[in-house]
Amino acid sequence: MSALLEVEKLEVGFGGNTSAVRGASLTVERGETHCLVGESGCGKSVTALAVMNLLARGGHRTAQRLSFQGEDLLKLDDRGMARLRGNAMAMIFQEPMTSLNPAYTIGSQMTEVMRRHKKVSQRIAIDRAADLLGRVGITAPGLRLGQFPHQLSGGLRQRVMIAMALMCEPQLLIADEPTTALDVTVQAQILRLLAQLQRDLGLGLLLITHDLGIVARVAHRVSVMYAGEVVESAATAQLFADPRHPYTQGLLRCVPVPGKQRQDEPLGSIPGTVPRIGPGFEGCGFRDRCSFADATCARSVPHQVAAPGHDYLCRLAP
Amino acid sequence: MSTTTTPAIELRSVGKTFRVAGGVLGKDRRVVAVDGVSFAVPPGGVLGVVGESGCGKSTLARLILGLLEPDSGDIAVEGQRIVDMDRKARARLIQPVFQDPFSSLNPLTRIRDIVAMPLQAQGTFSRAEIARRVDEMLSRVGLPGEMGNRLPAELSGGQRQRVAIARALVLRPRIVVCDEPTSALDVSVQAQILNLLAELRRDLGLTYLFISHNLAVVEHVASEVAVMYLGRIVEKKPTQALFHDPEHPYTKALLASVLTPEPGLGVPDVGLGDVMPDPANIPPGCRFHPRCPIAEPRCATETPPLRPRPGGGVECLLVP
Repeated sequence: MSALLEVEKLEVGFGGNTSAVRGASLTVERGETHCLVGESGCGKSVTALAVMNLLARGGHRTAQRLSFQGEDLLKLDDRGMARLRGNAMAMIFQEPMTSLNPAYTIGSQMTEVMRRHKKVSQRIAIDRAADLLGRVGITAPGLRLGQFPHQLSGGLRQRVMIAMALMCEPQLLIADEPTTALDVTVQAQILRLLAQLQRDLGLGLLLITHDLGIVARVAHRVSVMYAGEVVESAATAQLFADPRHPYTQGLLRCVPVPGKQRQDEPLGSIPGTVPRIGPGFEGCGFRDRCSFADATCARSVPHQVAAPGHDYLCRLAP
Repeated sequence: MSTTTTPAIELRSVGKTFRVAGGVLGKDRRVVAVDGVSFAVPPGGVLGVVGESGCGKSTLARLILGLLEPDSGDIAVEGQRIVDMDRKARARLIQPVFQDPFSSLNPLTRIRDIVAMPLQAQGTFSRAEIARRVDEMLSRVGLPGEMGNRLPAELSGGQRQRVAIARALVLRPRIVVCDEPTSALDVSVQAQILNLLAELRRDLGLTYLFISHNLAVVEHVASEVAVMYLGRIVEKKPTQALFHDPEHPYTKALLASVLTPEPGLGVPDVGLGDVMPDPANIPPGCRFHPRCPIAEPRCATETPPLRPRPGGGVECLLVP
């Protein structure tokens, strides 16, 4: 059986001199949480939007392969994609306030997607919405269904977004920084919920985050993105125990860990900033910030395998 | 702290309440932002303030900066009441660094002029002196001199935050109030900025009030930590003591919700339920009791006393 989502050599550009995604590949299996991690501007969100075919105007995607449950997404027209979106593949965005319509009640927004895709009655859709609100830990779902987004706290809104994404029983859920705008206490609650739903429903979850703490706690598999490329990919424990790409190593050193570091010791940091890389760029995108870079890094980057299922893009020996 | 040194920052029973208009039919609401807060920060110290959104952290920062006047209580900076000082004197003593380097810098003003503004506002510096100090400050925060002629939009987030730091330090203040200074930044850039702030504090002998929702960051930079909940400081201790021996159930929940990069531990159950704190509707008794995993009936009626601890204290009925 083919994997749930297969992305091979995805390229995304917006017509200018910058390539947003440069040959990124990743696979999400059924029942797996796959985290896509990297800094702002590395192409994480664009990758997700390219999968959903929701790129902003002017965005152009190509790929060797882009398939969902074996179906070629590149061959689907707008109608075909609209049939999948919100249905078998759903997405949650970072800011629940801007992704909910302030003029409609929670109930009408939640039921719309199901009535459209599943052609069910309002009654059935409302029952499902209430049931899902309960499952995402919202007390008094009946009351919430009649309320407007502004009447809910940030944490509640994000729960509503999750419940809404689950209305049509998706196989794949893409969550783009779903907890970044929330307090740490609420973040923990939402992530617990996502992990639990992922297990119970056997979802494939592609979770986009910049937070390595989140990655460590919820991911089965991690792909690290830098300047539009997936530079390292491995099972979570493997990646944290044995990071091979200098960028991954640098990222891990930057994270302050409570109780694990000395106060006066400076934190590890990565000098410089993410470069803008245009079409036709050769060599390693990280070389200007890398302390191991040499002349060969400007020409080519080998794809290496550190262990089965652990790949990285760097000349450094496995 | 010895009794002879004047604290860099001292608050005595400071309170601040806002009135929020209730709309056409609604009643006005009283939002209690800061309620009976007292503490002192010794010179050269770093007080970290943590808590969820709406707990009053940013109001506290604005009160200490003199941008808001307290309804009750006293705020003194280096022994002088902040409300008695004029703006220029205040600016020479205490300066802010805010969270969002995208909105805290005027997009139409060149970097050099942004950094020069506090000096110009004083009205006592010559042009040459201003230029010299701006150059010195830009290089001090790690910005190449030619960047002075650029506009904020041409800079990355980390570079903009360096500009904000340069602007805060150009008058050589004694105290800097940092309100979530790295929250809008990537982790690699966050580390650069935290290292810069630590280095500047050491070299210039600064005192920081450091507000953050990120406990790992606070542990790294602070010498003492105050935990705020609905306008009150519910626990305050030296950093080591707070992180190793948290006593208040809210502090414990905050610490439990920190997701350290340790695979296999899963996401903890912080046990706070889904009741959200509302500063316009403060619960009676202990204000944390509706979310507290160990609350007893008396927590809903009795006000918790302050139990003193070395370097601070804890406000909970259930700790001895």
